[in-house]
Amino acid sequence: MTTALSGARIAKKFPEAVIESGADSLLLKAESLLEVAGYLKKTPGLDFDYLNYVTAVDYYDYFEVVYQLASIKHNHGLVLKVRCYDRQNPTLPSVVGIWRGADFQEREIYDLLGISFEGHPNLKRIVLWEGFEGHPLRKEFL
Amino acid sequence: MTTKTTREITLPTEPFAVNIGPAHPSTHGVFRMLTTLDGEVILNMEPIFGYLHRGIEKLAEERTYGGCVPLTDRLDYLASMSNNLAYVLAVEKLAGIAVPERAEYIRVIMAELQRIASHLIAIGAFLNDCGAFMTPILYMLREREKILDLFDMVCGQRLTYNYMRVGGVSQDIPEEFAPALKKCLKEMPRWINEYEWLLKENEILLARAKGVGILTREMAINISASGPVLRASGVEWDIRRADPYSIYDRFEFDIPTGKAGDCYDRYRVRVEEMRQSLRILEQALKDLPAGEVRSEVPHLIRPPAGEAYSHIEAPRGDLGFYLVSDGSIAPYRFHVRAPTLINLTALNDMMRGWKVADLILIFGSIDICLAEVDR
Amino acid sequence: MATQFLPPDWPGNFWAHWAVFTAIILVFLLLTVMAFIWFERRAMAIMQSRLGPNRAGPFGIFQPAADALKLLIKEDVVPAAGDKVVHWLAPVVAFVPVMMVFAVVPFQGGALLADLNVGVLYIVAISSLTAVGIFMAGWSSNNKYSLLGAMRQVASVVSYEIPVVLSLIGVILLAGSLSLQQIVQAQEIPFILVQPLGFLLFFCGALAEINRAPFDLTEADSEIVAGFLTEYSGMKFGLLFLAEYGEALAISAIVTTLFLGGWRGPLLPDWLWFLLKVGAVFFFIVWIRTTVPRVRIDQLMALAWKFLFPLALINLLVTAVEILVWPDVSLWLLVPVNFAVMIVLVLLWSKLFKLGWGRVNV
Repeated sequence: MTTALSGARIAKKFPEAVIESGADSLLLKAESLLEVAGYLKKTPGLDFDYLNYVTAVDYYDYFEVVYQLASIKHNHGLVLKVRCYDRQNPTLPSVVGIWRGADFQEREIYDLLGISFEGHPNLKRIVLWEGFEGHPLRKEFL
Repeated sequence: MTTKTTREITLPTEPFAVNIGPAHPSTHGVFRMLTTLDGEVILNMEPIFGYLHRGIEKLAEERTYGGCVPLTDRLDYLASMSNNLAYVLAVEKLAGIAVPERAEYIRVIMAELQRIASHLIAIGAFLNDCGAFMTPILYMLREREKILDLFDMVCGQRLTYNYMRVGGVSQDIPEEFAPALKKCLKEMPRWINEYEWLLKENEILLARAKGVGILTREMAINISASGPVLRASGVEWDIRRADPYSIYDRFEFDIPTGKAGDCYDRYRVRVEEMRQSLRILEQALKDLPAGEVRSEVPHLIRPPAGEAYSHIEAPRGDLGFYLVSDGSIAPYRFHVRAPTLINLTALNDMMRGWKVADLILIFGSIDICLAEVDR
Repeated sequence: MATQFLPPDWPGNFWAHWAVFTAIILVFLLLTVMAFIWFERRAMAIMQSRLGPNRAGPFGIFQPAADALKLLIKEDVVPAAGDKVVHWLAPVVAFVPVMMVFAVVPFQGGALLADLNVGVLYIVAISSLTAVGIFMAGWSSNNKYSLLGAMRQVASVVSYEIPVVLSLIGVILLAGSLSLQQIVQAQEIPFILVQPLGFLLFFCGALAEINRAPFDLTEADSEIVAGFLTEYSGMKFGLLFLAEYGEALAISAIVTTLFLGGWRGPLLPDWLWFLLKVGAVFFFIVWIRTTVPRVRIDQLMALAWKFLFPLALINLLVTAVEILVWPDVSLWLLVPVNFAVMIVLVLLWSKLFKLGWGRVNV
């Protein structure tokens, strides 16, 4: 069974990065995402080398991007969340350098919700065509 | 055996760009590959898709939780039962609904039958791309017909079943189902052995597929590959074992893995998975209890506000549904973790240096279904 | 076995002989090609556990005729930016050599259009012209896929000419003549038994030359749409298609004449034996197509140069040595010797040689 790690240990290591550490997820500040992610991937004992998915939700005040990580070796999991309060031009750092599996998923979030990811090598629309106006999954689109 | 040869280009030649697709007799769906070729050697390949995007994630926000089940059918239409199962498991986790025993067993039976049917098409299409002009795929379609007849008996449909419901399955299996399934289970191993006998040591298949399109273990984990693609690269990660859902922890089965991560290993892993599915089916059919097939669930489900993620081992990989609820009758956010989209991430790296003939083969061995890639 | 031997200028007049045999060849070619198309579709279908054409006439016999009618009434689409003259000429250049091959094939004792005493050389020379036609087709279509297909075709034909010709020389040495009529007469036992390695090499090379599976990469449906045929429609497509089946028929006829004993056989009339043998070879070709996947272009080249070519040289050497050392021996004694040589060589070579390059470092 994939055990869900609690975020308490991470909160102790990065006290200023973690906003809140819930029962099954860890809410981080946007700027410290890459630092925490790198730490999670490289530390022996944590070894989060598998990124399960990246997705984003549009809560009317903010966008919340959810990352679920897993470790193949230890079979434990962790959920990271990052919030973005800017609705005009939301930007977040990209984790493609750490887990390449985020490549197409971040492009899809950019395409459907409009969140740009800094550091992504090929941030273009993926499921909609070039020249499409708007971002359909936003709550104000339809 | 692959040898790394460095070929010096002595004649001045120019690479040219060829657009393969979107309408093409061999790409499994509408998929466009913008390749840069130097003669026959592939220098670069850029995948372009989105031709089948229907906005399922947005559509689901307008439908009730029960009404989203037919939407999930049309995600990976070759494995509809698995899609249904993943979705209803997510809703049940979100709303805290328990499922009766008989329904759990029926779900497992349907999911494993679906896995066999889907792998038959995957292997058949792969061999068709190899050039064995329709003979293997027609033989495999003949076996798939028997499975589709079983599904037809249960829910009246052959492709998009809409069979699972939140809280169980929509209707009980009829009386003639169990004997028909027993007959199918008795005959199927013989057919799988026949395919193996004709294809496993075939010189030409080995020459075409062995060592071609290698996905190393580190890269497979880094790109979040899942399903047979991940297991063929040597990673023993199967959601049915790693994070069991439904009642899979009661069954005994092995997880076939490959060593080299080439096209041949992916083909072998799929064949072995079919055999393991037959094992699970025999155990499930033997232990099938009597009882209800659906628990009492209101027609319009209002799960409490919150979120849930639940994933299963679909035939093409790790299919997951991330649902966010705000207490109303429709999901606030409905996200599909599409395994085939993520498996495509390393396609360029797998193809560079090979030839046009191998491009089709490598693409076929990943076994995607465009409806799931584009949603 | 007493066979009726037709005199070389039957039925008397030189021009009448030419007219009668031209008519026979044309009718034979067209009818047999249609029959082969039907036969291939039915046989392949039954091997794939389905039915095949069964609507157009009893057992679908009129299916090829229906296809030909459909092709005749289709619009002829010519690519706007292609070379129009070459586009028009290509099917002609591809089809005519196939017809010309039959001028020297004996249907019965003495029944052939021209008993050239350089028959085999003539066949080898003429049959290479089809490749020119196919390259013209690929070039004039102004289409990258067609060009890829045409390039593959030229590469494969040029590579496979050599082992094919070398394996034929063994037969010629045994018969002592290049004339097909005399080769058939020299076959007390069919040469397939005396030259098993030569037969294998010739058959393999011939399959590659006529683009049939497992070497049908020039028209690989699943890769480059239809290769050089992509931009053809209507009767031009029909002619190219007929050329392909005509080549298969020509190869079957050549294999029958050179290796299976031509029209020789007990009881039945000679021309019937010829037809049966040609049919059997074609069935074998269809069987192979249904069963095996196809090879890649570099594997095709490697097969020709690294496998077939050395073996053809060794076969030639062994046959020449046998004929020099035992000039009067009965052919039956050579059979086990040659079979042993074939088995040893094939096993040894397949261990040593690797099919194709691997990945190119880009």
